[in-house]
Amino acid sequence: MPKVKETEILIVGGGPAGLSAASAAANLGASVLVLERDGKPGGQLIKQTHKFFGSKKQYAGDRGYQIGDLLIEQCGNNPNVEVWTDTTALGIYEDGVVTAEGQAKHLKINPKKIIVATGASEKMIAFPNNDLPGIYGAGAVQTLMNVHGIVPGKRVLMIGAGNIGLIVSYQLMQAGVEIAAIIEAAPTIGGYLVHASKIQRAGVPILTSHTITEAYGDESVAGAIICKLDESWQPVSGSEQDLKVDVICLAVGLSPLTELCFQADCQMKYVSELSGHVPVRNEYLETTRPGLYVAGDVSGVEEASSAMVEGRLAGISAACSLGYGEDIAPKLQAEALAELSELRAGPAGQKTLRGIMNLMDKGGAVC
Amino acid sequence: MRITEHPILEFLRGEEISFFFNGQELKGFEGETIAAALHAAGVRVLGHSHAMHRPRGLFCAIGNCSSCLMDVDGEPNIRICVEKLKPGMRVETQQGKGCLR
Ligand SMILES: Cc1cc2nc3c(=O)[nH]c(=O)nc-3n(C[C@H](O)[C@H](O)[C@H](O)COP(=O)(O)OP(=O)(O)OC[C@H]3O[C@@H](n4cnc5c(N)ncnc54)[C@H](O)[C@@H]3O)c2cc1C
Repeated sequence: MPKVKETEILIVGGGPAGLSAASAAANLGASVLVLERDGKPGGQLIKQTHKFFGSKKQYAGDRGYQIGDLLIEQCGNNPNVEVWTDTTALGIYEDGVVTAEGQAKHLKINPKKIIVATGASEKMIAFPNNDLPGIYGAGAVQTLMNVHGIVPGKRVLMIGAGNIGLIVSYQLMQAGVEIAAIIEAAPTIGGYLVHASKIQRAGVPILTSHTITEAYGDESVAGAIICKLDESWQPVSGSEQDLKVDVICLAVGLSPLTELCFQADCQMKYVSELSGHVPVRNEYLETTRPGLYVAGDVSGVEEASSAMVEGRLAGISAACSLGYGEDIAPKLQAEALAELSELRAGPAGQKTLRGIMNLMDKGGAVC
Repeated sequence: MRITEHPILEFLRGEEISFFFNGQELKGFEGETIAAALHAAGVRVLGHSHAMHRPRGLFCAIGNCSSCLMDVDGEPNIRICVEKLKPGMRVETQQGKGCLR
């Protein structure tokens, strides 16, 4: 291997956004290298066994892992795409060189354009003993259960009744694990009611306006105290319940995995609608660092459907800036933008749109 | 605990192999992560925090959070949630911050 690997477009992250970016750019003729720190590309999709929501064009109705396999196949069939798995991007330097660790080697890559598609990481909430073994992020429970076929414990308290909390609860039940309760601090269930009803019909209580006040156990979780919240989100005294559980699963949201963007000196902004600090970028997903694009959850936590379209848009834009497909790129970009608007037409999408407006407007707290 | 029957998924496990956790011989499957094998064997406490000595377990399972660092075949600070299990591996609770040789 040469000392510095040359490529036209380097994509960091092989999730739905990164893989879609790779095939879109490669289809226009650009040579692409994808770095994926995991042993298998696919991102969050590889652990998702439920049928996806979203639009037909974005594979709604297929199960997450099947969509992942499809994207991997598309990249595998394209001679312009190279995928390095078990390889973690470490840094993006001022001269444009990207360093990575793979097979215990320190690698250097010199790309013409970079697309960061690193996804998001799980959020934590504060309560006494929240560091005990037996407390997991929802993604970790999915990885253990759906990738490795191992259940995390016998009886689970799920925190969060958004789609992730509901779906992972249902998947735990499918794997034979008991759910003691799903609690949600907000007064209403955030996820789709079809998922909630399926769980409630199986006898699992979904307690809205409830929170966890503490976890307990010596070396690992043995139980949790939960309580009711009043209209101003304050604990109602005397409402405490003691649940004997050996697992507490947190499904309280994700935040964009933006370390590389910070380090590459992209201008960043805190936008609560997009779930955290995100890079400021234009309509075509190019950040304030010329030639560095973002796509997927790293540019604002959303869904796989929009991550795939964003990936496609970033891939086309990066390839076009290198002179590939200049004749058809504007049409393809317009199509992708129209699909994004369509995907964001629902109530959840309105929040994302507000966030993007806020992000692209130059005012506000920029860091 | 391992799932043996699942309504949607089929788990294609690799060959059964032995490894050592703090000197004790355990079984796992080739190709799975060290964390998966330890979990299946009922091991949830992977180490203790440096200052307060609080127990530490698996949290993110995708190599983000550093809650699962252990000493593997003499090398410290291995993220066992992404490191794959190999036959005969010696997995040990790490004492202190570890030191690179
Ligand atoms: C339980 C659950 C259910 C969901 N259900 C749905 C659904 O029904 N419909 C839907 O549309 N969406 C759903 N989603 C959301 C969807 O999975 C995500 O929005 C989508 O995966 C985001 O894609 P991404 O490519 O941006 O990030 P990810 O899928 O997170 O991929 C990022 C990739 O980058 C890699 N990576 C990160 N850092 C580095 C680095 N430094 N070097 C190399 N590689 C790196 C990671 O290993 C990962 O593979 C669900 C999510 C969860 C957790």
